[in-house]
Amino acid sequence: MKNIKVLGSGCAKCTKTAELIQKLAAELGVEATVVKETDAEVIMGYGVMRTPAVVVDELLVHSGSIPTQADIAGWLQS
Amino acid sequence: MFEIFTRLANWLIYDLAGLSAETKMGQSLHFFVEDTSKIFVLLVVMIYLIALLRASLNVERVRDFLAGKHRGAGYVMGAGFGAVTPFCSCSSIPVFLGFTSAGIPVGITMAFLLTSPLINEVAVLLLLSLLGWKFTIVYILVGMAVGIAGGFFLDSIRAERWLQSFAAKALEQGRKNSPVGGSAVASMSMTERHQFARDETLEIFGRVWKWVIIGVGLGAALHGFVPDGWIETHLGSGQWWTVPAAVGVGIPLYSNATGVIPVMESLITNGLPIGTTLAFCMSTVAASFPEFILLKQVMQWRLLAILFVMLLFAFTLIGWIFNFIFPVL
Repeated sequence: MKNIKVLGSGCAKCTKTAELIQKLAAELGVEATVVKETDAEVIMGYGVMRTPAVVVDELLVHSGSIPTQADIAGWLQS
Repeated sequence: MFEIFTRLANWLIYDLAGLSAETKMGQSLHFFVEDTSKIFVLLVVMIYLIALLRASLNVERVRDFLAGKHRGAGYVMGAGFGAVTPFCSCSSIPVFLGFTSAGIPVGITMAFLLTSPLINEVAVLLLLSLLGWKFTIVYILVGMAVGIAGGFFLDSIRAERWLQSFAAKALEQGRKNSPVGGSAVASMSMTERHQFARDETLEIFGRVWKWVIIGVGLGAALHGFVPDGWIETHLGSGQWWTVPAAVGVGIPLYSNATGVIPVMESLITNGLPIGTTLAFCMSTVAASFPEFILLKQVMQWRLLAILFVMLLFAFTLIGWIFNFIFPVL
């Protein structure tokens, strides 16, 4: 069970990132919860300055763009 | 070198569509085709080249560089980095907080954030191709000056007093900790740079092409449909009150530099004084209602109000100064 957060203040790219992760998780049959985190204070807590950023099980793995499918698959399957 | 675009427009509008160069419609469409085709080609080429050069520059490195810098130099460098660092305005809050929690003074952070939308490679390119290099230099200097002076002013009134409490705490915390050690900088191979530049070109172009069309379209409409001399007769003598009025209208309006520069060109050729034009256009780019609403997350109302008044004042001053000196030059 993966606990995934997409950090970002509601920009179009953040929504896309969350959707992409959800889609890939379903395809790969990985159980995952995907939450969008828009609170500025929380985003600051992860030390993120470029959104969208992705946190997997409390570990920051990506920042600044929509991640590639290969990256996402990697996080889901690790 | 740019003649090819004039010919393209000639062929498309006058030959193919059969419109006459004497009609307003023909002139407007010609202007539209010539400018959009020219701007699109230049944009793709220039964004790619510039992205190659700055592939390894990002906000994290800028933060590490600015942290712990002397204030005086900090404002100039904050504004300078604001001009050259790529970053999407949707990231301005995380960037604000990232800088703040590294202990960088609010004024230096704001110098960065104010200059960033005003000056970027797309804006400079548009200015060069539409308004010439002299105007471009003036624009860059004014944009930097707004960031530097604005940042200096905010620190001198101790603006950090009016941050939201969590942001103020982060700043306090950041000041105590010694500046973050430089984030690891991987050197980039040419292939990686190419990849970055290609993605960057696609992304920036994907974001700005509609603004170019809107901007040039508005410009074309102004060229063609506002009666010749209307602007000149009514606003051309640069009455003092036209400048604050233009800024007051411009600040709440949102546009980015890409959309507004073609409009600027049109306003100037239609006889609007240069100071009034600069004041109006820069104020639409530098600030907007949506942005103030975003900033509310990290600033109290009082600081937002101060920021608004500061910008109103700064752009009005710029407008007056340029209306005054340009006729003299």
